[in-house]
Amino acid sequence: MTVQVVLPGVLADLAGGCKHLDVDPSGGTLADVLDELAIRHPMLGRRLRDETGRVRRFVNVYVDGDDVRYLAGLSTTVRDGAQVQVLPSVAGG
Amino acid sequence: MTDLLAIGTRKGLWLARSEDGRRTWTLDGPHLLAQEVAAVCVDTRRANPRVLAGIQYGHWGPTVMWSDDLGASWHETDSGAIRFPEDTGAALERVWQLRPDSADRPDVVWAGCEPHSLWRSTDGGCSFSLVRGHWDHPHRPTWEPGGGGGAVHTILPDPASDRVTIAMSTGGVYVSEDGGERWEPRNRGITAPFLPEPPEYGQCVHKVAVDAAGPDTLVAQNHFGVFRTEDAGRNWTSIADGLPADFGFPIAASPSAPGTAWVVPLVADMQRVPPAGRLRVHRTRDAGASWSESATGLPDASWTAVMRDAFCVDEADPTGVYVGTRDGCVYASADEGESFAVVAEHLPDVLCVRAVQLP
Repeated sequence: MTVQVVLPGVLADLAGGCKHLDVDPSGGTLADVLDELAIRHPMLGRRLRDETGRVRRFVNVYVDGDDVRYLAGLSTTVRDGAQVQVLPSVAGG
Repeated sequence: MTDLLAIGTRKGLWLARSEDGRRTWTLDGPHLLAQEVAAVCVDTRRANPRVLAGIQYGHWGPTVMWSDDLGASWHETDSGAIRFPEDTGAALERVWQLRPDSADRPDVVWAGCEPHSLWRSTDGGCSFSLVRGHWDHPHRPTWEPGGGGGAVHTILPDPASDRVTIAMSTGGVYVSEDGGERWEPRNRGITAPFLPEPPEYGQCVHKVAVDAAGPDTLVAQNHFGVFRTEDAGRNWTSIADGLPADFGFPIAASPSAPGTAWVVPLVADMQRVPPAGRLRVHRTRDAGASWSESATGLPDASWTAVMRDAFCVDEADPTGVYVGTRDGCVYASADEGESFAVVAEHLPDVLCVRAVQLP
């Protein structure tokens, strides 16, 4: 199974300059996708989740256009060919 | 000889250099732009001085970064320099303090973090281990966060022994005599007006500094109260008489003159601004028996504040004193706080300053 991960430009450097990554997770959930991403790119993994595995507060993740906060969070099912998009939330000052 | 002043702010790090005995400064930065730098240190024990910064990416979380070329390039450990072990169920919120140990322990660096935790590195700050003796202390569940969060914000390793003194807001002063295995609270005499009875621990100690008299003599700026101990924290006495306010965040002690220390009083509890809007540093030369005000070069009509780590001294002779404000100004004194000159203005909120001399 292959999932496309779309990163914001500010994180692309941590993925070898790529904003679009094809990831082959070991399972079918968002957690599996992010785990695989963290194995390949540890610093990128840390930007998205803390050491308990929680997605950071101001990181928004969408699976096929839907915010996973309103789905099943890290347990959200990710189908073969899905798009997982990471976006920073509107925060800061 | 170069004097280097590291300035951590809410949106990046600046490095100021002086080549003329601290009379004039050249500002270099921003480094780490848009990252909060709440903790900084310059480790001069290495062949190339290492600047360590405790940063917060905002959206992307906290970590420690370092530069071995005075900011030309920055590095971080792939897996993160500070990571809570899985069994703790905790996650790093903020790095509050980075403190190199003594010259005899050249690769040891300490970190104090939020949530209340103490960390020790043996590789110069590239990776840290949680100090379990502190984390597992039975008091920890009752250490409450202060307004800025619950953290170990002060770490004072004794260069001549295995003693480590720390301070927490809240929690108070704790001391280990065995390098971090066992800890005991040492707060007798430190008041806690926000609690009904003087507690054994739980005080809101804002900063502690070691007096030049020796490792048993410490001074503390508390959330109300300035205190001094001559028995390694077992008993504290007030030295606040003579100050216009006993509230403040930082305190610094002279590295060479016993009994000499500096504070920046603020009106409190709710206002937290300089008394009458005049930013002033107050100095004692007699172990707190009396205080004198330093006004030259510091602003009137100033309604800012100085955070606990936005204040430091250097090890030069005479001692330099450095003040960073929440309205982005940095002032330096090359004459032990008699007079100050502007190093920087219009920076983001200054969170920390550290000054060293480079060969």
